[in-house]
Amino acid sequence: MAKAALVDFSKCTGCRGCQVACKSWNDHLAEETQNEGTYENPPELSASTWTRIEFYEFGNNGEVQWYFRKAQCMHCTNASCEAVCPSGAISHQGGVVIIDQDICIGCGYCVMACPFDAVHNEPPRGTARKCWFCMDRVSNGYEPACVSTCPTGAIKFGERAELLTIAHARVNSLKSNGHPNARLYGENEMGGLQWLYIIDGRPSEFGLPESPQLATHALASQWVGGIITAGVLAAIPFWLLFRRRRELEESSRVGGE
Amino acid sequence: MTNHWIDIRNSDRIMIIGSNAAENHPISFKWVTVAKERGAKLISVDPRFTRTSSKADIYAPMRSGTDITFIGGMIRYILDDMQKLSPMERTQKYNMTYLTQYTNAALIVNSSYQGPADTGTGLFSGYTASTNGAPGRLGEYDKSTWQYADTSTPASDAAVVNNTWTKWDDLDPKCVLRLLWEHFSRYTPEKVEEITGCPQADFLTVCQTYAESGAPGKAGTIMYAMGTTQHTYGTQNIRGYAILQLLLGNIGVAGGGINALRGTSNVQGSTDMLLLYHLLPGYLYMVNHNEKTLADYLATAKAGRGIVTPQGLAGDKSAAWWWYNDADPNSKKYIVSLLKAWYGDNATAANEFCFSYLPKKTSTDDYSHIAIFEAVAKGIIKGMMVWGQNPAVGGPDAMGERKALEKLDWLVVSDLFETETAAFWYRHGANPSSINTEVFLLPAACSYEKQGSISNSGRWAQWRWKAIDPIGQAKPDLAIIDELTLKLKDLYASEGGPHAEAITKLFWDYHTSGEYADEADPNAVAKEINGYDWSTGVALTSFGDLKSDGSTCSGNWLYCGMFDADGNNKAKQHDPVDSSLNQIGLYSGWTWCWPINRRIIYNRASVDLDGKPWDSEHPVISREGGKWLGDIADGGWPAINEAAPGSKFLPFIMHKEGVGHLWGPGRAEGPLPEAYEPWESPLSMNLMTGVANTQANGTPGFNDPCCYIGKLEMDGDIWNEQGTPDVYPCVGTTYRLTEHWQAGQMTRNLPWLVELQPQPIAELGEELAAEKGIKGGDIVRVTTARGYVDAVAIVTKRFKRLKIGSKWVDHVGVPWHWGYTGLSTGISPNGSSGNILTPHVGDANTTIPEYKTFLCKIEKV
Repeated sequence: MAKAALVDFSKCTGCRGCQVACKSWNDHLAEETQNEGTYENPPELSASTWTRIEFYEFGNNGEVQWYFRKAQCMHCTNASCEAVCPSGAISHQGGVVIIDQDICIGCGYCVMACPFDAVHNEPPRGTARKCWFCMDRVSNGYEPACVSTCPTGAIKFGERAELLTIAHARVNSLKSNGHPNARLYGENEMGGLQWLYIIDGRPSEFGLPESPQLATHALASQWVGGIITAGVLAAIPFWLLFRRRRELEESSRVGGE
Repeated sequence: MTNHWIDIRNSDRIMIIGSNAAENHPISFKWVTVAKERGAKLISVDPRFTRTSSKADIYAPMRSGTDITFIGGMIRYILDDMQKLSPMERTQKYNMTYLTQYTNAALIVNSSYQGPADTGTGLFSGYTASTNGAPGRLGEYDKSTWQYADTSTPASDAAVVNNTWTKWDDLDPKCVLRLLWEHFSRYTPEKVEEITGCPQADFLTVCQTYAESGAPGKAGTIMYAMGTTQHTYGTQNIRGYAILQLLLGNIGVAGGGINALRGTSNVQGSTDMLLLYHLLPGYLYMVNHNEKTLADYLATAKAGRGIVTPQGLAGDKSAAWWWYNDADPNSKKYIVSLLKAWYGDNATAANEFCFSYLPKKTSTDDYSHIAIFEAVAKGIIKGMMVWGQNPAVGGPDAMGERKALEKLDWLVVSDLFETETAAFWYRHGANPSSINTEVFLLPAACSYEKQGSISNSGRWAQWRWKAIDPIGQAKPDLAIIDELTLKLKDLYASEGGPHAEAITKLFWDYHTSGEYADEADPNAVAKEINGYDWSTGVALTSFGDLKSDGSTCSGNWLYCGMFDADGNNKAKQHDPVDSSLNQIGLYSGWTWCWPINRRIIYNRASVDLDGKPWDSEHPVISREGGKWLGDIADGGWPAINEAAPGSKFLPFIMHKEGVGHLWGPGRAEGPLPEAYEPWESPLSMNLMTGVANTQANGTPGFNDPCCYIGKLEMDGDIWNEQGTPDVYPCVGTTYRLTEHWQAGQMTRNLPWLVELQPQPIAELGEELAAEKGIKGGDIVRVTTARGYVDAVAIVTKRFKRLKIGSKWVDHVGVPWHWGYTGLSTGISPNGSSGNILTPHVGDANTTIPEYKTFLCKIEKV
């Protein structure tokens, strides 16, 4: 059974305890930020900011709404980052998408391929880094750090199938209690996300792609093609790496059976 | 809090007003969220649309400082509804037994009483304006006409008690319920809209929704914080909530109460231990200068807290706990046990237990924060110790308070970091060579580096253990106080000095063994606070065991019972099982709660006259088989119908008359709240009282007639200038953000939190921003008559322009966290501290500073 998390907009107060808990548990330094006229900070996800709350302010006819959406790697079932990774550094462990830091070459394909802008490779490491669902905690029976710190229970962690049941019931309840646009996001997107959202409107209003698409080998090949036209020599290592990736896939398939 | 955090989950209606609970008390929202899942409705009333408002079912905007109008309008709505209903319908929609039997609704007031509805001056009967000018109060009241007609056995109106009335004229013109109507009938929805700016439709939705908590078995809670208290009439704001909650039968019940959300983890503890000037530990009166003997002191206590017995109610006996048992009253047991804790063997019956060593306050001087800084400015106070405070950022009129610090001979600051207060002498604009203050900075241990208890908002004393040793030379505050006191005792003994015996004769013996062989042991202090038999040293288990003969000691009678007879400290208990009736979430085995582990106070008001809970789903206590089940009942006496005549105890046992105060004759500026304007108001006339603003520095009846007007005057300069709306047209307010804490020392030095909120901000609405050419992210300057701060503009739909009377009013919001030391400092060199903007004026009853409403202007830098 796959573990997943469900974020309910109607319970999130935007306190950002999750942001700090993530930094604390994963030993990330603070970024130097400045205020750009919003409560939101850091301005985007990065190699050292794996989760952040986005603030959305709406207003019409005098009615104001203020929403908070937690952003991080969605851990897609069909993960673009994994599909385009030339080195085989990215793999699924259960539902969780992991980047092996020892294998990652920092090429940045996954950074470009991610439909949620959740992967980044920045100095000083240069390898691709992102939320790893606190695998060290989860594999020892704990919730991810962000979940455990959430004061209102806006983030639920558990078996994905059970969370879907809870989510559907919650959406129905919200629909009949003043939130007619409430909907679930992530059930089927990208083959199913491990981070599920209850949102109050269209995905695009909350910075989410309406219908995210899988970046494929073909897409990666196009990039590689572009590189070849720039210089064949530069492409050779990538070809070698793709080959290595296929070898890894085959060996894991054998191991799996 | 009358209730506690977890109990919020039992509410059916939650009104958050004067509080931004989601941002400033995030954990409270754990329980608000649970209540909402049960179907509770959340109401947010606030000048700003906050993260709290974002979760509310109903949001009502309101001009800062107009709470009394808003709540007064709600009170009018409920009274009007009651009057329009037939007596039978009334009992279905409202808990009329509660209202008539457990509050002073039916009692008859002095026939000479007059209120603002009668006087037309915005004033109550008995007022005299002050002629002294600032600093000081605008005036004061002779409260004699506000008392009950019969001050020892007040009569009640039978029509109220028996619920036989159908129109207001059926009631005695001086019964409390009728007086309430005469007063609040002026607070119409039209007036509410005119004064607060809240659209009538929104206001009436709030009224209707919240009034539904009045039905028997339903509960509504009010969560409030500094947005309520930090006004010149802050105490009367809370009185408004008390009246509303008593009208709706919401005090003492699960999911009810008036719940002050404390801004730091141990504010409740500091209040209980009375780090305040007007009370002694356990809310005993502070000693007045004219009380030369213990007998004098007790005579004052009896006058204020004696026994009054209402007539004509089902209950016929007032516990009046402070004076319970006239021959040997509790007040005496508590003060004698306190003196015994402080002076030990030196305290004997022959010397009145060293009563004469206690400091005494004069009848004229004020010793609150504002007045202390005025005394510093005048050179009356020469030295100051600042513990866990940072007045250079947190004090009102901060530029003036920083300047006042220059007048000190010496200053001791004990803190984790060098605060703005400790660094005042080299702040921007100061000339260190001309400042002669000797400054000492003592490194303090943080909460993880020491053990001891804190008392949370729900009155739970919770023990915390030490995780790591303090860094460097840092010490726990207790160790610092211990070392200091022992040194002072030595010095006074060897060198003498004024009132030396008050120090030399102190009982001070808190060293034990191990790590506490040479340092005060918090466990020893906790045992003394609890109290013990002086001769045997055995811990007492209830304040009922305290004696007035000097055979017991207790540092705080309210905490007596925190220890069991074997000397175990119940603040250390961690039993996670909820064994309360229907598991309403009392968790009585988790830590310990004063008084005597009663988790919901006034809980005998949660049951009917037979002792059966109004709300069978959420019973706090229940009388069964001649016993109380559930929480510790508020006084163990039988249910009123079960008790013998003459001993039918009324439920509000801390009140003289045993019933809740719809009518509160003890407050400075009136028995009922009246809508006054802030010291700096955008209006020229008070739209409720009709009184024009004619006097600079405060007009009684336009402003709160008893508020404290400060005056920081140094070297010929006045630092508390008052602004006028022609120059400063916007209403300014200060507040906190989730990401930072108080004056910022613990958060502006933590990179992860600085990352989240790196710079001071000023929030404003889109209309005002457009007019001023301000865009989000611009640097703006917010200015009041007292100073300016530069900050990053946040332009938002969440700040609405409000129509007040005939003019439009904009709000500008400035968090007060920032200063000039630490990782994150202000944009202007003065630290951009929000309190540079706030005035040195205070509440009529408590002198808490007016931090929440002032006049300002904003412009792009």
